Formats: sequence, structure tokens, C-alpha cells
Amino acid sequence: MTTPLYKKTAREIRDAVRSGAVTATAVTEAHLARIAEVDPKVDAFTQIWTDEALAQAAAVDAKVKQGVDPGPMAGVPVGVKELICTRTGKTTCASKILENFRSPYDATIIKKLDAAGAIFLGKVNMDEFAMGSSTERSTLKTTKNPWNLKCVPGGSSGGSAAAISADECAMAIGSDTGGSIRQPAALCGCVGIKPTYGRVSRYGLVAFASSLDQIGPLTKNVEDAALSLNTLCGRDPLDATSADLPVPDFTKALTGDVKGLRVGLPKEYFTEALNAEMREKVEAAVDVFRRGGAEIVPVSLPHTDYAIATYYIICTAEASANLARFDGVRYGYRHPGAKTVEEMYVLSKSEAFGPEVRRRIMLGTYVLSSGYYDAYYLKAQKVRRLIKKDFDDAFEQCDFVMGPTSPIPSFEFGAKTENPLEMYLADIYTISVNLATLPGISIPCGLTASGLPAGLQMIGRPFGEETLLRAAHCYEQTSGITLGEPPIA
Amino acid sequence: MSKITKQDVEYVAGLAQLRLDDAAKERLVREMGDILAYMDQLNELDTSNVEPMMHAMEMTNVFRQDVVEPSLPREEALMNAPVHDGEYFIVPRILEGDAS
Amino acid sequence: MEFEAVVGMEVHVEINSKSKVFCGCSGNFHAAPNTNVCPVCLGMPGVLPVLNVDMVNKSVAVGLALNCTISRWSKLDRKNYFYPDMAKNYQISQYDLPLCQNGWIDIEVDGQTKRIGITRAHIEEDTARNTHTIGGNQSGVDFNRSGLPLLEIVTEPDIRSAKEALAYLTALKQMLQYLDVSDCNMEEGSLRAEANISVRPVGQEKFGTKTEVKNVASFSGVHKAIEFEIARHIKLINSGGKVVQETRGWDADRGITVPQRLKESAHDYRYFPEPDLVPIVVDEAWEQRIRESLPELPAARRSRMGTQYGLSAYDANVITLSQDTANYYEQVVAAGADAKKAANWLMVELQSLLSAAKQDIRDCRVSPADLAALVGLIESGAINGKMGKDVIAEMFETGKATQDIVNEQGLSQITDTGEIEAIIRQVLADNPAQVEQFRSGKDKVFGFLVGQVMRATQGKANPALLNDLLRRELSRQEN
Repeated sequence: MTTPLYKKTAREIRDAVRSGAVTATAVTEAHLARIAEVDPKVDAFTQIWTDEALAQAAAVDAKVKQGVDPGPMAGVPVGVKELICTRTGKTTCASKILENFRSPYDATIIKKLDAAGAIFLGKVNMDEFAMGSSTERSTLKTTKNPWNLKCVPGGSSGGSAAAISADECAMAIGSDTGGSIRQPAALCGCVGIKPTYGRVSRYGLVAFASSLDQIGPLTKNVEDAALSLNTLCGRDPLDATSADLPVPDFTKALTGDVKGLRVGLPKEYFTEALNAEMREKVEAAVDVFRRGGAEIVPVSLPHTDYAIATYYIICTAEASANLARFDGVRYGYRHPGAKTVEEMYVLSKSEAFGPEVRRRIMLGTYVLSSGYYDAYYLKAQKVRRLIKKDFDDAFEQCDFVMGPTSPIPSFEFGAKTENPLEMYLADIYTISVNLATLPGISIPCGLTASGLPAGLQMIGRPFGEETLLRAAHCYEQTSGITLGEPPIA
Repeated sequence: MSKITKQDVEYVAGLAQLRLDDAAKERLVREMGDILAYMDQLNELDTSNVEPMMHAMEMTNVFRQDVVEPSLPREEALMNAPVHDGEYFIVPRILEGDAS
Repeated sequence: MEFEAVVGMEVHVEINSKSKVFCGCSGNFHAAPNTNVCPVCLGMPGVLPVLNVDMVNKSVAVGLALNCTISRWSKLDRKNYFYPDMAKNYQISQYDLPLCQNGWIDIEVDGQTKRIGITRAHIEEDTARNTHTIGGNQSGVDFNRSGLPLLEIVTEPDIRSAKEALAYLTALKQMLQYLDVSDCNMEEGSLRAEANISVRPVGQEKFGTKTEVKNVASFSGVHKAIEFEIARHIKLINSGGKVVQETRGWDADRGITVPQRLKESAHDYRYFPEPDLVPIVVDEAWEQRIRESLPELPAARRSRMGTQYGLSAYDANVITLSQDTANYYEQVVAAGADAKKAANWLMVELQSLLSAAKQDIRDCRVSPADLAALVGLIESGAINGKMGKDVIAEMFETGKATQDIVNEQGLSQITDTGEIEAIIRQVLADNPAQVEQFRSGKDKVFGFLVGQVMRATQGKANPALLNDLLRRELSRQEN
């Protein structure tokens, strides 16, 4: 029996489409059919662009027919997070305030993927403005974890992770401000990489926290992550913070071995906060590396405990400014009862932002307000440097740092929405990576006894994605761990 | 004793242009108080000799050349506006002092 | 009690880059509403600013011309406040590390030179424009101006009167125009001035409570608004009242300032470093390149031209007021005109024609070579001064060359001795009584006879030659 097209990896699809073995149209149709079949249960997709996707596929097929290179992502079906600006469809950020927003421009990565022959199937769900770790804060729908439909997919890129896990697309675009790619990837059992800050253009990514946000792919395996990065990365003249560095062929880094690599295990990541089952999985992974000839090095990241406080000061401060533009003047929701300018602001924002967004705007406004800047924002910027320095020091002893992605596996809906601080604390392993601007990847490292995926995180040097991909790929190939198919039940 | 008072919450809501009912204010006094108290742990660290990390990238001098690029067609500029007249974005009458 | 005013100025200048400061939209905000806009200057979700290098270059040039220290390292910050003309509800500006700091400019007031300290000059973006002519209870917003490059120049509180404020603005405008970085049109808003005003008893060190005056749309308005505000402060204090620190708007129609009601929180701008932009590092080499590209600045040009052309301080001042006028003048002299006479013709005749026609010297149809030719013709006696005025008016109107007009209108002076002598003889024969009076010692009558000859020649007789010949003829006939 042949594998259905929707099960194929991006690389397999690309190769088959390029060689003419299969058409992009067939691939697209197979995925649209898969979405029709499983998405009513998973609810990952918020928009499905059937006509546009088939038109893109036809264009790729025409190129193949004419002998023109259809591009390195030819025929690869992609789901796009709701906060990436696209001229097609809407860009809602899963918020009432943008429920009808149609972007007049395409994000840089959308242009790049389109030029590379990728097919956009539609948009996928997220927490409102990427503020959340469970995708429960979407105003659009409730996305479920394909491994257990009673559980959250993680977040904020929960739709992206669930869509990959349920084989609804071969690559999904996510964004990661404090773990929003890696954590849902871990909870849904797929691969997610947050590139180094500056690797991927942020132009067209609706900003949550500008100094932390980064776009990245969620994929079925490490090779697809490497393949996707080849297209996504690179300097963009429209993003002054995008790095002017050459983009390597990341797939060349996948050597299949980890001999001689030094794996740093930070002692601060293995405390009581770490769920026992998760610890066991990570320790098993350490053994895989040891057996593979890597050197295991204990390291210390002494400021880990301060990362959450630092992160929530910086991200809320930046968010409070970034979200000020949603005022009902040029786009977005305007309260019909607004008779004055002030009412336009106040009524529109108060009604159309969800409670978590409002809470973060309040916090961010507070920490920047007169008399508090030094105590909070400036202090956080200083601690941010200390956190970055922790990693710099660790990288003198190791080539990458390894640990769990999340201290806990997925959880049931509603379990953690009550106490915001408790929810923030679950980001402990991912947010330091954003603060330190480093690349981080999460790959599956097994299932818990209750059948939920566990994620293994590797953190690299700035622009050290190749090392991460090499290590993750080798682990994937040699660990013997395969999650199998999610039950979607 | 919370880190912040109801008056603080009201002041910040004014800055952020948010309207809160009493229940929301009280909840925020509690929640923001907890979070700010948690943030205070940063004071354990002596950072007097630490340079603030003001930018994520260590790059400097990234510019664009002074070249005019095409603008948006006006219909596209206005297409998302809740109210427009084909030329202008329309808002409730702006009065002196609306700046806030 | 005698009071002294303390004034500091904040001037916003729109820099004349071709494109906006953070996006590629055209800097021409006269276009139809909302046509020079893009996702960036509309503050659409997901957009990012990229700084226009021309803005940095021009800001550094202004900083150097104002004797500022150029920051080796500076950054941009977000200034947060809500207003419908703010695309993002924050303005990208510079807070604690402006590009230019600690400079000065010299101004002239009543023949005295005074130095005004420049605190800082920093980069920011302009806001959109609101229009209240939409009707109903509504306003319209046009984002063409949103994101235009704006340089804010702030002085020390060194200004002591409305007159000094006006002199400062005049000197600053002259400087900016020399640098060709802005058209400085206050009526159109490309130069906007705000004043911080306080008064204190003469001899007191401590500043009084200040008010900030905005919404002034002309140079004369600045003068009036500051005078009004100073008087208001003094009257308040003298009547036992207190000045309230506040922002006031200038109501030009009523000639008064009125308080602008702002919320208590309106000044809590929550500045923080703009994470979407990287720092600006102007190293010594870059600064030097800009320094070397600076044109000769007003003060230097004034003094050089005074010396080089033997101009009075007043003339040098007037001629160098605008760079275009100074350039024009130097071209006239280079074309061979006498420096002093060229100055007079330029400052008096040509200037009055330009003023009457509300024309810029750049668009003047009288070329420097033509004006030089005119000055030359007058000096050689080929035409007289009165004819010169007619000629320059004709040149101004038609753009024709000097000599062509002189030829066409037969304006050349009669310098033919024989021709003038014949007319003189005729005039003397026609006026025997006056000739008699002259001979009896009434010198005054000589003027009458000159006038008669001039009339007969339609004013074309060379006056010096005529005088000479008339005297000779009178004495010849006597003998």
C-alpha cells in the first residue's frame, strides 16, 4: 500500500513534484481532502483557500511541464499562522479587533514561499495576538490536540502544530516570542524551530514583542525544517533587524552523526518543576547522544530563574506599544457607539481585545509609565543581558544546550486559564532562548503514559541553526523513537 | 497589600485607553499585583555594572536609500477603514485636547 | 517690578528628502489625500520602519552647522500617545540620546550679536493631517504627511524677547536654507515653532513657571504670540495671580493664547528604545565627510563678501540673507559689474520687482549677465539711471537681453557732440530772456536750460556731456 500524499514530508512532495512523479494539484487536493476529513475534529484551520491553493498548484504544475524549475518548495502545502499578513484571505490575529482585516500586502516570507513554489492551503489558529500557550485564547475557534482532543495543542502556534500533527499540511508557519513554536510542537509531537533573532524577516508578522518575535516553520521532521529554513531565511531590506548573513543550505548540515559534539545540560533545567515523566524522556535522549559519540557536559545558566520576570516585563512593554495601533481609525474594529475620539479608542479596544491581551497591555503600560521605567523596563534589559551572557558562557563549554521544551505535556482545556502567573511559569525553558536571541528547536522524544507527546529542546549559538539541525536530525534517525499516528480522538 | 492600587490601575487604563468595570479593576489590582511582586525578584540582582540590552541585534547603521517607491492605491489604503469617504479616513470630530 | 522674559524654542523642520523617513512613499504631501501612503506610514499591522539615510546625513549637516556635537552612538525611541493623526499611536523619535547636542547659533538683534544655545536636534517622524472640513460631527485624516522626516531643534532658554525669538527663527531658517535641507515654509507647516515662555523679576536667577505656546503658523505670529504671552504672565503676576504650567494655543484671529485642555496623563509618553531599528553610529569619518560637504554658511559668507566686494555690513547682510541672492550677486560681479553698483541694483531695483511679483530670485528672468551688462551700460554713460530702471523692468517682464532692449527702444544716450550742440543752439535761440538772466548772474537758470535740452532730446542726451557743452556754448556766445 502506498503512503497517502498527505502523509508525505515536504521533501518527498517537493522531489515528487519536481520530477513530475506527482502533480502539485494532486498533492493540494489530497491535503484539502484531509482537512475536510479531520479538521472538523481538530479545528486547526481558520481559513481554507481552496481556489487560490489550486491556482498556485496549477502554476507549479505548468512550470514543471514547461521544464522550468518550480522552486525548492514546489508543491509543498503550507498552513499560515493567523498573524502573518497575506493579501489572500484575512489576517485576524485570532482577535475580534481584526476580524475583518484584509492585509494590503504580503509578508516577506509569504513572497519567498510563493516564489519557491509552496502552496498556501489557508490560515491556522493561534492565541489572540500570540499571547498564550494553549491556543485557548483564540476568538476564532478551539483547536484540539490531535493526540487527545480533550487537550490543548499548546500555543500560541497551536493551529500550526495541530495541523502538522494531523497531516493537514506538510509545513506550517509559526511565530515564537517566548516559545510559541517550540511548545506547541512539543505538545503536538512535531518539529518546530525558532531561528536566531534576525534570521527570518519579520516584515508582515504582526508584532507582539518586536525584540523577541521570530518566524519559523513547524514540520513533520528535521529535514523538512532545514528545507523550509532555506527558503525562509535571509536579509530583508524591509526589516532593519534582519541579519546580513549568507544563508547556508541547511539540509547539508544533516550529516547523521553527532560525534564530537558537546551537549550542554544546564542543571537549572532539571529541577522539581520538571515533570518526572518528561525528565525521564530527556534523560533517555541524553543517552542517545552519549551513544552517538557526543560529549555530555554539565553547564549552568544561573539566571534562569529570572527569565520569566524579565520576559514578561519586556514583552508586555513592547506589546503595549505594538497594540496601540488597533484604534479603529485605519482598520480593525470600531465600536458602533463611539461618538468621540476617546470613545472610539476606549470602547473599541475594551470590547475587541480579549482579557489576556488587555492584561498584558495594562502590565506593559504600567512598567513603562512615569516613575517605573527604571525599576522594571531598564532592570529587565539589564537582566536580559545577564541571561544572554549565561548562554555565551555555556557555549564556551558546549556546542548546544539541551533540555525539555516544556516542563509538562499537554493538559485539558480550561486547566490553566485561571491563574495567569501559573501559565507564564510553564514557559520557563523556552523564553530564555528568545531573550538571548538564540535558535531553538523542539523535536518529539516520546509519548507519556497517557499518550501525549514530549518535546526535547536544543538551543544553539547565535546563527548556529546548522548544529541544531544536525543534532536533532541525528537524534531523530538514531533514537528509534517514532510517535506513530495521533488518534485524532 | 498589593503592589498596586485601584488608582494605579485606573491611571494605567487611561494611558492605554482601556475602560474597565469595577470587577475588572479589582481583578487587575490582584493579578497585576501578583505579577509585579513576582517581577520584583529581579531586585535580588545587582545590575549596577550591567549595560542594558536595548536592542536584540548588535548591528548598527541599517538604512534605506532615499528612493521613492510606489505607494498603495488609495482604495487599498482605505479598504479596511471602518469609516471613510473615498478620500479621507473618517473619525469622530477631533477636538483640541484629544491627544492623550 | 521689572520683569525679564525667558524663552526657549522648539522648532520642527520637515527635511526635504525625496522619500519619507521610514518608508519609500514620496515626501510630497501636497498630493491628493491618502495617495502617498503605504502599509508602513499607515501603521498597518506587521510593518517595520527602515531609516532613510538621507535624513541622517541632513540631520548631521544641520547639527554641524549649528555647532553641535554629533553623537557617535544614538538610537531611536518610541514616544507613546494616542491621537488620530498618529498611525501607530506611537511616534518614532529620539529621547535621551539625540543625534546632535550642545550647539549654538548667533543671532543679530538691533545690531548686536547674541549667541543662542542649541540643546539638541533629533530625528522623528511627522504625523498625519487632520481636516475638520468634512462636515457633520466628523474629522478626516490624510496620511500623506505621516512619516515625513522631521528634525526637532530645541534651544536653551537663552531668548529674552519676542524680537530675539524672531531673530533666532530668521537665522535658523537662513541656515536651513543654506544647507538646502528644507523649504522652511511656515505657512505650509514645513517649519513649525513652539515657544516655552516664562518671566522672572530682573536679577532673579530662578526661572518662573513656564507655558508652552503652540499652533503658530507664521513668523509674525511667533512674535505676536510671544509678546502676548509675556505680557499675560507679567499682568498675572502683578495682579497677584500665578502662572499655571500648561500648553496654550495661539489663536491668530483673536490675537490671544488659549489653554489647550490635556489630560493629566498626556505627558506620560512611556519612551523606550525602538526595537525595530538599530542604533545610528556616526563615526569620525562619516562626520568629516558631511563637514566637508557643507556649503559656506551665512556668517562666513557675509564676512567674506563684505571684505571681497567692499560691501557695507548692511549690504552684505541683505545680500547674503538668502543663498540664492548671494549666488546671484556673485555671478553679477563675476560677469564684470562694479561690485558696489551691482549691490545697489540688486537690492533696490531687482528686489522691488521680485517683491511686487512675489517671485523667487531663482525664477528671475533677468540673468546675472544681463544685470551686469545693464550696470556696465550705465557706468559707461551709454544709458542713464532712469533709463536703466525702464530697461530692468522690461528685462524682468520679458527676459530679453539688456542690449536688445536698449537697441529696440532707441534708448541709447545721445553722445554725439554735434547733435547736442545743434539742439543747444536752438534752445538758446528760443529762450533769449533766460539766457539774459543767466548772464546777469542767475546761475539757477542753467538748470532750466538743461531741462529744455533734455526735453528736446527726449531725455537721451548724456547729462555730463550736455552740461559741459551748454556751459561752453553760453560762454562762447557771450564772447
